Amino acid sequence: MKIKSLVISAATVALASTAYIGLSVAFDDDSHDWGDYQVEDRRSGYTYRSAETRALQDDEFENPGMVGVDHGAELWNIAEGSEGKACADCHGDASESMAKVGATYPKFNAASSKPINVEQRINLCRVENMGAEPFKYESGEMLNMTAFVKNQSLGEPVNVVIDGEMAPFFEKGKEFYYERRGQLDMACSHCHEDNEGNMIRADHLSQGQINGFPTYRFKWQKLGSVHRRFRGCNKNIRATPYKYGSDEYVNLELYLTWRGRGLPIETPAVRN
Amino acid sequence: MLKQKSLAKLLPLTVAAAGFFATAAVADVAPSDVVIVDDNEIPQALTDTAGDAAKGRELAVNRKKGNCLACHVMPIDEHGFHGEVGPSLWGVGGNYSAAELRLRVVNYKVLNEDVIMPAFYVNSNKMHRVLKKFEDKTLLSAQEVEDIVAYLQTLTEEQPD
Repeated sequence: MKIKSLVISAATVALASTAYIGLSVAFDDDSHDWGDYQVEDRRSGYTYRSAETRALQDDEFENPGMVGVDHGAELWNIAEGSEGKACADCHGDASESMAKVGATYPKFNAASSKPINVEQRINLCRVENMGAEPFKYESGEMLNMTAFVKNQSLGEPVNVVIDGEMAPFFEKGKEFYYERRGQLDMACSHCHEDNEGNMIRADHLSQGQINGFPTYRFKWQKLGSVHRRFRGCNKNIRATPYKYGSDEYVNLELYLTWRGRGLPIETPAVRN
Repeated sequence: MLKQKSLAKLLPLTVAAAGFFATAAVADVAPSDVVIVDDNEIPQALTDTAGDAAKGRELAVNRKKGNCLACHVMPIDEHGFHGEVGPSLWGVGGNYSAAELRLRVVNYKVLNEDVIMPAFYVNSNKMHRVLKKFEDKTLLSAQEVEDIVAYLQTLTEEQPD
């Protein structure tokens, strides 16, 4: 098992460097049929990556994020906490109980009167139903469990509720998206809406769709949450990031999920 | 004893203050004192020292400084991956005056408030949620702006087809 993952990471390092070279080849063709990865003008980050990177994501045995999904599957069956329960004790077979669930988050949580994402739903379950310690946000356990849950919705079109009690949070997320921040004084929209498809030095700017998180990034050499990606983006423009799981980032996650409505869940996606 | 201690405390402050006035005497134009004419030009140089085009070229490449290449195609062949976010900078030296180029580097938002291009000589105190280590700073120093403006003025050749 360990040897296998070592081989995989060596392969991904090699691929990461070749992906750079092949960069401008694969995607400048607007007429290309991206199948499920494009809905109207909404394009998954998948369509901006090289053929090698896409092939790696598509191969469930070679996809380096699948190691985390497999670990999540193990955690699903392990009893923890004062109640001595595992996820499986209440939810049974995840392929049935969790099918489509990952495509509908963030969702409104009545107890806290605000939206929560999959990570937060998992921790609510752990604390309230299992009597267990919550996972730390960006811990391996949290990422792997989240990836496992979302992977049950692989291919399922993203479909998130934004009206009713969700509306004010959606509006806040939208505001965040268009608000300039940091010393570079940029909003998300400047790169991912106004300049989507353009090269910014060696990087191909995508629409910033989030339907593949937790995502395996070559840069990280592991799975990472969408909030980690937000923090990285914020720091790139020299802005103070928000905390993992903060209301600001959950609202942004909600808004971005909506921007990718209809795109398939790709967890674990593979990206640069 | 007490007196000595407070003197010791004061001393570095005095030195710092002297240093501050010494740099102020060089007469860089502070970001808040930059005079913009007709929303299009900054005729007055920001420093007394003429811009150095060779240094400006290095600053244009440097990712932590101008990083112009991130967004613009430029006549800098030894570096690949020129960005395509902004227009090509080939020929800008012929198409714009030094005063016009200076305004565009200092703060392009004067011309277009929605532009992605960062303002390179505006104090970051005017911006939202700036990381602590970049607070109260400009992206480039006054001299660096002058160096880049001097370099841009040398770009008179139009891009070959």
